[in-house]
Amino acid sequence: MIPEIGHFALILALSIAIVQGVFPLLGSLIGRNNWVAIAKPASFAQMFFLSVSFACLLFAFLTNDFSVKYVANNSNSQMPTIFRISALWGAHEGSLLLWALTLGGWGAAVGYFSKGIPPIMLARVLSVMGLIGVGFMLFMLLTSNPFERLLQIPAEGRQLNPLLQDIGLAIHPPMLYMGYVGLSVAFSFAIAAMIGGKLDAAWARWARPWTNIAWMFLTFGITLGSWWAYYELGWGGWWFWDPVENASLMPWIVGTALIHSLAVTEKRASFKAWTILLCILGFSLSLLGTFLVRSGVLTSVHSFASDPERGLFILIFLLVVIGSSLTLFAFRAHKFRSVGIFSLVSRESGLLVNNVILIIMTATVLLGTLYPLIIDAFGSGKISVGPPYFNYVTVPLGTLLLITMGFGFFIRWKKDQPSRILKKIWIPLTVSLVAAFVLPLILISDFNVKTTLGLFLGSWVTLGALMWVVSLGRSPFKLPLSSWGSVIAHIGMAMTVIGITLVSIYDTEKDVRLEIGQSYDLAGYNFAFTNIESLKVDNYIASRATLDVTQEGKLVNKMYPEKRDYGRDQMPMTEAGIDAGFTRDLFAALGEPLGNNAWSFRIYHKPFVRWIWLGGVLMGLGGMLAAFDKRYRRTRKVIVKQTLPSSELKNSSDQVSGATA
Amino acid sequence: MNKKYFIPLFAFIALVGLMLFGLKNDPKVIPSPFIGQEAPEFTLPKLYKQDEMITATEMKGQVWVLNLWASWCVSCRAEHKVLSRLIEKMKVPTIGLNYKDYGTEEYTDEAISWLARYGNPYTAVAVDTNGSAGLDWGVVGVPETFVIDKKGIVRYKFTGPVFDQAVDEILVPLIDKLRKEG
Repeated sequence: MIPEIGHFALILALSIAIVQGVFPLLGSLIGRNNWVAIAKPASFAQMFFLSVSFACLLFAFLTNDFSVKYVANNSNSQMPTIFRISALWGAHEGSLLLWALTLGGWGAAVGYFSKGIPPIMLARVLSVMGLIGVGFMLFMLLTSNPFERLLQIPAEGRQLNPLLQDIGLAIHPPMLYMGYVGLSVAFSFAIAAMIGGKLDAAWARWARPWTNIAWMFLTFGITLGSWWAYYELGWGGWWFWDPVENASLMPWIVGTALIHSLAVTEKRASFKAWTILLCILGFSLSLLGTFLVRSGVLTSVHSFASDPERGLFILIFLLVVIGSSLTLFAFRAHKFRSVGIFSLVSRESGLLVNNVILIIMTATVLLGTLYPLIIDAFGSGKISVGPPYFNYVTVPLGTLLLITMGFGFFIRWKKDQPSRILKKIWIPLTVSLVAAFVLPLILISDFNVKTTLGLFLGSWVTLGALMWVVSLGRSPFKLPLSSWGSVIAHIGMAMTVIGITLVSIYDTEKDVRLEIGQSYDLAGYNFAFTNIESLKVDNYIASRATLDVTQEGKLVNKMYPEKRDYGRDQMPMTEAGIDAGFTRDLFAALGEPLGNNAWSFRIYHKPFVRWIWLGGVLMGLGGMLAAFDKRYRRTRKVIVKQTLPSSELKNSSDQVSGATA
Repeated sequence: MNKKYFIPLFAFIALVGLMLFGLKNDPKVIPSPFIGQEAPEFTLPKLYKQDEMITATEMKGQVWVLNLWASWCVSCRAEHKVLSRLIEKMKVPTIGLNYKDYGTEEYTDEAISWLARYGNPYTAVAVDTNGSAGLDWGVVGVPETFVIDKKGIVRYKFTGPVFDQAVDEILVPLIDKLRKEG
């Protein structure tokens, strides 16, 4: 019964999405106020029914209702509750439902926090979001219904991949989805602007906080994913350039470009058509990412082919969304005249460089990700272009990008003097150069070009941001939140870069064979194998080793690397023992038993690896702070306009632009 | 109207067209130029005995397999179990061509720990640090698997990780057939 309610609620949500997608948009074009007014309540209602539907599926998981095919396939009664919940989005159908719910949530949020946005604009934005929702819910109901029942009810469900039974992964997909789907808001704003043929500073101010929040979720999601891969996969890596990761990285890079291009659009009325294009590109890549990952195209070409209906739907949906928005762009973009002029040395130019580099990066990652797929499409099987390709192309691009970043804060809009900039930057430039050359010499008495480059870039960006705050000469507490946001995000980026540099160059790794009582020295630490025991926990049996880690005779920590057996012909899982620290991680993974109480271990010393994720957290925080800048919540003037008839409503956005901060 | 705004649309259409064209072609009929040709020669150091060289010529007179892999290649990990099963079952001499991996600046000796971790099914591992042998074999990506007959002619090429079905339906019968040839 409950699953049927869920199914029915999903159908209702689809019907509402159709209404939301058609009437407000149509009403805004033919001047029907009451049609326009449908948008907001419809977005709330869609959200409501999607929540009901989601709750019903969740209920089925929690009560182990194996008559539901999706539950039986992805969960069993042995699993701890938290993983029965996360099993909901562990596979294709459920993750689509989560996607739709997230989209509904973003739509309702836009509807709720829309007081400053003229009704016509809001109606169009919500309509576009409604239409996206229609596509997703149709996809679900036609090809991947999560509520499908089984005629023969199994006594027990199948097991979820043990790799996915982890708290990091339980919250990682929802985070990423918030980011992916969040980009649909910027996309919808872009489509709405193209329909209206008008794009001004006010539009940019509405779109910016939404873009920031979506970007924040993407940042957190990616960071979390990387951290998860690090401690769960058991081989101490934090980024593998695999297609699934790339699928989330590409929208993130485009989102970063968009955030910066939106700033130019708001402040200088430039880059307008470009900003629109980035909105389209960002969301297209999100869709591509979702589908690539979720349709199984990437994990196995066979599963894709086994369900041609699904594959075809996906292709058509992608074609319709991207094709129609690019067609609209082709015919409408000329209306967005960029009026702000700027000279070669100006913040606009700097941000142009930023955007160009980021787009080239996206293109290279896209090429590296799709190339194997294309080869696959030609039937030549699955191949991997491998990390060497990605490292080779991203390092030089990243270097250029970070050099530009350091200048960013100091350059003035419109026109600036190189001599003036030079006066501002010489201190951070000198200090970071000195730091980059001297620090490694003092601390590890070593010179390595890559270390120096990484340290220079990191400290250059950090000092650039900090010195800018200082040079303003006012109390840092009076600085607007958006400035704080960008300063913090830039410092986060710098931290990540330093972390990546140091851990890539100085990490040490060793495969060793240890008997109980034996020990091994690595990077100044002594790892002593003192004990091994067998444990039975919830749904697995673990072999757990105890390693005493000492440094110069003093006990640093005890580590407990585990090997878990989930039974049922599942691959055994490695649970690494990690001693985390601000400047280094010690990491031990348990290998195979070698007989005679001897086991193989893999031991790592990873300097500064944590900085990679700390940087990610800072970036996300920066994005969030910027989104909450009070500039975006200014609503005066617009409220007055809401009472005007619709013909004038269309123009209200111009009138607000006078109030640009 | 400005023509430049059509560029993204046209680029997209071109991309889609390319994909459709690609999908319409029956992939199976695209032959590899190496099939039916003499196996390209290589002389490469062995992974565990760097001073010893291994060549394609010395494999002549038997049916053998060349498998291209690297420790950085994710699909290789997926393939490894299946490949090991094939080698075990058919007792077929197999050269693992370690591609742009061992001896490179980034991966140094990861290949060795990789094999220690996942098992080493190979008769010998040839180290192709700069990828020149891979180039001669017309490699598009990693992994790839070649079957070479007694006369040293490349008879089959499998691109991507071999999976169970391919082993049972293609590779095993093929190796059996080639062994019966004169």
